[in-house]
Amino acid sequence: MSSLRFETADSAATRPAGGSAAGPSVSSHAYLVVRGLTRRFGAFTALDRIDLEVRRGEFVCFLGPSGCGKTTLLRAIAGLDRQDEGRIEIGGRDVSHAPPADRDFGIVFQSYALFPNLTVNDNVAYGLVNRRRPRAEIAARVKELLALVGLPDQGAKFPVQLSGGQQQRVALARALATSPGLLLLDEPLSALDARVRLHLREEIRALQNRLGVTTIMVTHDQEEALAMADRIVVMNHGVIEQVGTPEDIYRTPASAFVADFVGTMSFLDGKVSAPGEVRVGTRSLRVADGRAVATGYAARVGLRPEDVRVRGVRPDDENAFEAIIEDVEFLGAFCRARLVARDEPALALLADFSANLMRDVGVEVGKPLLVALPPESLRVFARSSPIAEEEAAS
Amino acid sequence: MSAVLQSSEDVLLPTRRVVTEQRVVAILVGLLCLALLVAIALPLWALLSKSFLNANGEFVGLANFARYFATPALVQSLINSVMVAGLATCIVVPLAFIYAYALTRSCIPAKGLFYALALLPIFAPSLLPALSFIYIFGNQGFLKDLLFGATIYGPIGIVMAQVFYCLPHATMILVAALALSDGRLYEAAAALGTTRWRVFLTVTLPGARYGVVSAAVVVFTLVVTDFGIPKVIGGQFAVLATDAYKQVVGQQNFSMGAVVGMVLLVPAVLAFFVEQILKRRQVALLSARAVPYSPRPERRRDTALLMFCVLVGGLVAGILGVAVWASFIKYWPYNLSLTLSNYDFAEFEPDGWQPYFNSLKMAALTALIGTPVIFLGAYLIEKVRSAVLGRFFAHFLAMLPMAVPGLVLGLGYVFFFNAPWNPLGALYGTIAVLALNSLAHFYTVAHITAVTALKQIDGEFESVSASLKVPFWTTLRRVTVPICMPSLLDIAVYLFVNAMTTVSAVIFLYGPGTKLASIAVVHMDEAGAIAAAAAMATCIVVTAIAVKLLHLLLDALLLSRLQRWRVRTG
Repeated sequence: MSSLRFETADSAATRPAGGSAAGPSVSSHAYLVVRGLTRRFGAFTALDRIDLEVRRGEFVCFLGPSGCGKTTLLRAIAGLDRQDEGRIEIGGRDVSHAPPADRDFGIVFQSYALFPNLTVNDNVAYGLVNRRRPRAEIAARVKELLALVGLPDQGAKFPVQLSGGQQQRVALARALATSPGLLLLDEPLSALDARVRLHLREEIRALQNRLGVTTIMVTHDQEEALAMADRIVVMNHGVIEQVGTPEDIYRTPASAFVADFVGTMSFLDGKVSAPGEVRVGTRSLRVADGRAVATGYAARVGLRPEDVRVRGVRPDDENAFEAIIEDVEFLGAFCRARLVARDEPALALLADFSANLMRDVGVEVGKPLLVALPPESLRVFARSSPIAEEEAAS
Repeated sequence: MSAVLQSSEDVLLPTRRVVTEQRVVAILVGLLCLALLVAIALPLWALLSKSFLNANGEFVGLANFARYFATPALVQSLINSVMVAGLATCIVVPLAFIYAYALTRSCIPAKGLFYALALLPIFAPSLLPALSFIYIFGNQGFLKDLLFGATIYGPIGIVMAQVFYCLPHATMILVAALALSDGRLYEAAAALGTTRWRVFLTVTLPGARYGVVSAAVVVFTLVVTDFGIPKVIGGQFAVLATDAYKQVVGQQNFSMGAVVGMVLLVPAVLAFFVEQILKRRQVALLSARAVPYSPRPERRRDTALLMFCVLVGGLVAGILGVAVWASFIKYWPYNLSLTLSNYDFAEFEPDGWQPYFNSLKMAALTALIGTPVIFLGAYLIEKVRSAVLGRFFAHFLAMLPMAVPGLVLGLGYVFFFNAPWNPLGALYGTIAVLALNSLAHFYTVAHITAVTALKQIDGEFESVSASLKVPFWTTLRRVTVPICMPSLLDIAVYLFVNAMTTVSAVIFLYGPGTKLASIAVVHMDEAGAIAAAAAMATCIVVTAIAVKLLHLLLDALLLSRLQRWRVRTG
């Protein structure tokens, strides 16, 4: 692979001095810097003062529901949609007002956007031909790229003769052909079948690892983001809710929104009655995570379904209580049960049980079950809007 | 300090090429706006201002309009025009509806043939059906007695010829409207045990109602603004279009001609806005998940509709055929032996065959220059991001001709290119100004065709090109134009056929040596050489149809050979 000249970092003439990035390893120096980026469409604010840094060689996912601003942010970075305010630096160069052709990136769209009247070879060579390289050099490069994306013998075909997954690989090869410093992927997998999607996402990640090209991918699929990203940027309503590694995002979500959007979480509304203690209805729960809310304030406690303890629970364990199994949903590898505390209907949550456990413990609808909620698994969030509190009060 | 210099250089160096790209866009958009201004906006402005000036060029406000409405003869023409157009609309729309219904909702055989028959009149100048009806019902007509003493030279003849002339336009709109239907609605109705008549009233008709209104509006406007038919068969029956001609060409009364032009503009502008409103509503009618309706055979209905189509299609072909046949007749109706002498145009017309070649030249020029200009214009308007204001302005100007009848545009050209202060006046009477006028006259439909084709192309092609640092003109040449090749051909043929058959706009604009075939038809008819007029009209029809056939052939060739990439071969 060393013959491939993916000089993503080193070839850029605009590289800031002293940044000798070595290979695919993630450099600590920010390659992409976004400061105070704002974009409005009429009265609607699509991006609200976004600050973000992406390190050289990093794979970052913008994750969020549709309309959260993730695609707008990507297009602003590419220069395809101009921001109203704010600053963008790529590789140390201020490109805030530069047109797309003057920024150093390759892009892949959900729709592939392959030129239908050109062969796969011509599509991949599209950006190379313009640089007036010798014909043989271009042909060799196209061959390398097609081999790289796993389509070594498909060069003479037209896009219409390829499957969706193959077309997206060609689009990827075309975007990488000019060795851009930044690779932008706009929901590249969303148009594909589930199985192809799974396969291609592993390949994209492996490719990115090998080439070390700084990559930003927009997705609304949390599983995709968790599986692929070095860091995830969770967005909602035009602001960044949280930036962190997949594990950070999943284990310690910064807000109820993130917790709910990434993975499944049960929420219990209550009030912080003492440091490390939240009152839900008539019951008190011990919580290890007390940072977010001061004593006396309304709080929302969250728990992942897989964190509900069932095995070997004793009645005097922390946060142990007897629950009734209201409903069990069969989900293949495991079952998801809806539990309600026998003496407190406000204490209702989901719990995931493996098939083994189902058998061992004898989970059955209507049966009581002793469960415990480990304090270190309980996340405490502020109950955000004052409106919500008013509603709760009335 | 040096660091600052360094970084500014970094920004400037790679930017230079990009800046030129934006500059190219700005220049092209500027040129497009300028061309559209000269071809469309300024002539209209000239007409508008002329209607407020007296013969000496002094501003007189609405005095001309007051004089117009105080002249009984002129007001009578207005009433005549509205009456004739209303009558023609009431006949054409039901006729076209049944015809379109047969083509889309029944199992009659040879649908393609019947559709082609209904479209035939498009390839003829409007003068041709008028000539045919003179042969059939005129003073020497073989079916004259069917009129029971009434004369064909007047409203009867005008309405009959207009029905022929407008049938293809109404049929096209109604076929499009009826073809868009959700088969599931019919299945649901059938599952509920609905009678066929009720299904027609509750499902079919509501689905097509915008098409019906749209067809009616289009036909009404076409009739009001058509010049050829009333000129040839109208006799003493005056209508707006002939009034405009008489005022400008006959009496040299430009102010009054301009007022008539403004009056002609009213129905067309109204029609334009009705169309726009309808189009906006039509969108929501059909969801993406709709299942197309496919008719099932039904003996009685299909037989009745087939007979109807045979009758109407046969009549259309027959009426066209009469003019063609008559052009080969020695001396109608006394000596019916065949001859080519009517094609010896030098006998009837000082310019001989020259008008025909002028028409060919003009139509070719319109198609060859118009197609790239219109396509590039549509590309700039649709696909480019910079020069927002200029593109908006250009789009507005491109849509304007839709609301302007050819006669009105022709009047505008007279006033604009004939004005003593205009340096472009040298163009007056040349083939170039005739081609420019035709291009402007037919700009909008061609523009919409181009925009529609461009809209179907992935909007991200330009983004991808920019990311690969490929300038937009390279992508335009290598990708966009090849993809749009069928639409480009459509536009070229549309422009050619219409430029070949048009009368209304160019009747004011030809000069010595640039008389067109369609104008020669008018002149020979005026001079009483009706057989020669029919012969010239036949030449126009044959040329237009030949070009259309060539188009179909080229299209097939293009698809099979050069556009292999469109076909999924596995």
